[in-house]
Amino acid sequence: MELLDLSRFCMRLGDSCLIMAHRQSEMCSKGPFLEEDIAQTNLGLDLLGQSEALLKYAVELEGKGRTADDLAYRRSERDFYNFMLTEQPNTDFAFAVVRQYIMALYLGKVYETLVKVDDETLSGIAEKAVKEIAYHQRHLEMWVKRLGDGTEESHERIQTAVNELWMFVGELYEEDQLDLKIQKAGYAISGDEMKVYLMEEISSFLTESTLLVPESVYMTTGSKIGIHTEYLGYILAEMQYLQRAYPDAKW
Amino acid sequence: MSEVKDTQGQLWEVFIQTKKGLPFKHAGSVHAFDKEMAIQNARDLYTRRGEGRGMWVIPANAIVAVDPSDDESFFDPSDDKVYRHPTFYELPDGIKNM
Amino acid sequence: MGAKELDVLFQERIDANEKIEPRDYMPEEYRQHLIRQMSQHAHSEVIGMQPEGNWITRAPSLRAKKILLAKVQDEAGHGLYIYSATETLGITRDELIEKLHQGKAKYASIFNYPALTWADMGAIGWLVDGAAITNQVSLQKTSYGPYSRSMVKICKEESFHQRQGYEIIAAMANGTPEQKEMAQDALNRFWWPSLMMFGPHDSDSPRTGNAMKWKIKRESNDVLRQRFIDKTVLQAELIGLTIPDEDLKWNEEKGSYDFGEIDWDEFWSVVKGGGPCNLKRLNHHIKAHKDGEWVRKAAAAYSQKHSNK
Repeated sequence: MELLDLSRFCMRLGDSCLIMAHRQSEMCSKGPFLEEDIAQTNLGLDLLGQSEALLKYAVELEGKGRTADDLAYRRSERDFYNFMLTEQPNTDFAFAVVRQYIMALYLGKVYETLVKVDDETLSGIAEKAVKEIAYHQRHLEMWVKRLGDGTEESHERIQTAVNELWMFVGELYEEDQLDLKIQKAGYAISGDEMKVYLMEEISSFLTESTLLVPESVYMTTGSKIGIHTEYLGYILAEMQYLQRAYPDAKW
Repeated sequence: MSEVKDTQGQLWEVFIQTKKGLPFKHAGSVHAFDKEMAIQNARDLYTRRGEGRGMWVIPANAIVAVDPSDDESFFDPSDDKVYRHPTFYELPDGIKNM
Repeated sequence: MGAKELDVLFQERIDANEKIEPRDYMPEEYRQHLIRQMSQHAHSEVIGMQPEGNWITRAPSLRAKKILLAKVQDEAGHGLYIYSATETLGITRDELIEKLHQGKAKYASIFNYPALTWADMGAIGWLVDGAAITNQVSLQKTSYGPYSRSMVKICKEESFHQRQGYEIIAAMANGTPEQKEMAQDALNRFWWPSLMMFGPHDSDSPRTGNAMKWKIKRESNDVLRQRFIDKTVLQAELIGLTIPDEDLKWNEEKGSYDFGEIDWDEFWSVVKGGGPCNLKRLNHHIKAHKDGEWVRKAAAAYSQKHSNK
């Protein structure tokens, strides 16, 4: 497998973790009670750590002298490869929980595969991440259940979140040429395997939580070639502001 | 279902074991709405710097405490029952390590 | 035993430096004083999450983002340690929150000042946390057991906060001219409010008498303030920043710094609600609480439905 291919693969993963961590951090000091505020920042910190490690490796493989910060702070919208799901806003607690829950399932599966690869750096990152994501999944499942099977209001809110975020799930098991190369090298499972896994997990868990699985009418696509929702622009404007405003400064 | 009250959940006391073999020590309390949430919240609050290998959480209202004003009668009587202390026993000379 | 005798015994225990535990006898005023002081201390940690939380999304590097997120998380944790200690005195978290919302409980006035630039993240860590550390180190010896233990725990974690802040502002002071200007500006705005964190002169503080008698407070406001100034001036000089006090001068005889008079009008005005961000901070907390109501109710409802699990 070419180094540039592996680099792009790490960048995709790292970008998703970064944007997710960013959305998480927006919830700081806004939690429904203080203990949950800490829990959410915990998830954010883990994801930020994973993103930093992955982006660092991506630039190392790329060999163009860029740094992880260059990737995070100097790329524009069309050069980011995070899943569109990760950039969806924290409309309410239910939206945040559903978004993170689905991504936790995805990341868990991805890291599970990477733990076994020959690449020491990547398997090292995955070994740590797999434990972190297992806890994320546990925490988020706890909330999906409680919101689904809580009050009428919570049930309605989380059902809405599931319905509206559903169209972003398709990207998680989509395959392009790069994915096929990565799979051939044993670094990822096939799109079909991922789809089956996600759908089975999500279906059974939503049902257990008294929620309905939406009927797929349309699945969005494009983040692998830098097509995003309108949210990413705002996220980057905020995140990159200082580095863009003071391009020569070191922080 | 009857109207649900808005609260901060219940109070749970947290006990941490820092290393296997050591006793569980009281670390403080957390709020949570059920057992699963209580252990997670306790883990997030009290073991972020690797302070724990084992943890117990207990609803605060399940704990039985001894009232300090009962202290004397509750704790003191053992002071004059010397036979629990090893020095009470006379051992023949030559017995070491007992 | 009569109340008067119990009070005498209580004071003897205090004088002998014994720790008072939750179920020990304590005069009602001691208990109320602690509830007020501890809850306000906890509220301060939580409100303090806001000015810093605002900058996480704009942190200028991955490392800075990570560290700031960890710091704010710590603050939530510290708030929880102290709420937990306060609740041992027989007051609930719900009541504590209600008092905050009704304006009956306060929090450190410093957080009523806005965090305007990234340099403020440096100033807050360096000066505000620095002042808090000076105070908290002293409080480790407070007479109430749970409060003392929470202070010990917090002090262990706090030094990372101050180092983080100092690192940020030092990097800027040694950076581009614009960065240096930003750093100096942050120091200019946060210096005097940080000194105000130690409270009024002890002679103007009505509660100091009891607080010292009951060893809730171990050292006076002025002593702590002086200690903070003496250790901070050198830190500013080392990175080439100027403390905004024309009267600041080393006093060889005293072995410490003489400094200018604090603007007590500003101090009392902000304490009473006249600071730039008082309304914003409180409204933010109230809104988060209201927005979270349906979540809390959902958790409670689920627990009721599944109470056998």
